[in-house]
Amino acid sequence: MNANLRRNWLLQGIVSLGECGLFFVAVLGALPKSLRYWRETCRQVWFVGAMSLVIVMTCGLFVGMVLALQLYYTLSIFGGTAALGTVVALSLFRELGPVVTALLVAGRAGTAVTAEIGLMRATDQLDAMGMMAVDPLAYVASPRFLAGVIAMPLLACVFNAMGIFGGHLVGVTWLGLDNGTFWGNMTSTVSLQRDIIDGLYKSIVFGGVVSLIAVFQGYTAPPTSEGVAYSTTRTVVFSSIVILAFDFVMTAFMT
Amino acid sequence: MNPRPSYAIGTGLFILLGFAALAYLATQTTSVANGIASGNSYTLKARFQNIGQLKARAPVKIAGVRIGDVQSIQLEPQRMDALVTMSIDKQYNDIPDDSSAAIFTSGLLGDQYVGLEPGGSPTFLKDGDELVLTQSAMSIENLIGKFLVNGGPKSGSSDSTPASSAPPPSGKP
Repeated sequence: MNANLRRNWLLQGIVSLGECGLFFVAVLGALPKSLRYWRETCRQVWFVGAMSLVIVMTCGLFVGMVLALQLYYTLSIFGGTAALGTVVALSLFRELGPVVTALLVAGRAGTAVTAEIGLMRATDQLDAMGMMAVDPLAYVASPRFLAGVIAMPLLACVFNAMGIFGGHLVGVTWLGLDNGTFWGNMTSTVSLQRDIIDGLYKSIVFGGVVSLIAVFQGYTAPPTSEGVAYSTTRTVVFSSIVILAFDFVMTAFMT
Repeated sequence: MNPRPSYAIGTGLFILLGFAALAYLATQTTSVANGIASGNSYTLKARFQNIGQLKARAPVKIAGVRIGDVQSIQLEPQRMDALVTMSIDKQYNDIPDDSSAAIFTSGLLGDQYVGLEPGGSPTFLKDGDELVLTQSAMSIENLIGKFLVNGGPKSGSSDSTPASSAPPPSGKP
């Protein structure tokens, strides 16, 4: 019984992984058709991106501030506080900006997308669209996927900028580090291509992954209130795991 | 046609904000930023044989007080020395023209800065002037090298005197 259940679990996991892959291909295939519904894409960018600005900016500010505070303490052991700006900027651009933004968006927007599509499925709205010759993949799934890919790098940029501002606030204004040293060491070390653009690649991939998982979980949610609730939870769990795993893999490839 | 949806303006503003943040990061926090000059300042020049680890935007100080920063560092191809351009705050416009510039290190391994030693001349440096008296960065490698060449055999011959192991008297300028 127990072994049977476990094999079922494993099988279930592999099956849903395959379904997710097929769904990804289907969403990609529906992308050209979904360009006709660009207003819907625009509305989703507004929902995923603009509505997440407050949480992303607040978190970016505090992440930058705590980063500066912690690193100042650590660097002062080695007498290297002059490198504070460099370390804050590099850890934000390369790592924390893309990852934390993706986690925040998964929690803030991914859950909403899953619940919305899950309820559409439960109330047969998706089937109704099919009856009206509106492809639900092109009208519901692809715009949300595309919106995630567009919004995530922009949100990561905002997060990074707020983080730098927070780090500057703590390092220079509060702890009294020299302003020129802070910026000068940062600008002489941070490279546009290697650090900022690579971070953007990461967040584009994360945007695709998060919105794919959210849309897929909504699309395949069992049409019950319990099913939608579980799917919403799974969106956050799977998104977090996949973001962190992809982050490791992409970092290993990029450096 | 139908009125423009209200979220369109939100989307547009969000995309603008995102690209503004990207532009800010790209121009202000990377090496692109070093080319931009500041407003309320004047420039001085100084030539150094060796600038060590001095970087653009490093501080310029008199008596330990910051008065400006290093704008750019270039190699002069004819003379094979480093031309350091500094932008000095306008309020410090009475630096004597026989002042000397040297490159110091804050702390043993800290970042390097340009220190100006004021002279006694009644005339002051103007915008674009050059500091003639300069002293290069002190390199720890050179000091160790000198110590190994000069101090090594000496300390070997008279091992009992601990004072002989002091580095050559070229310590602090």
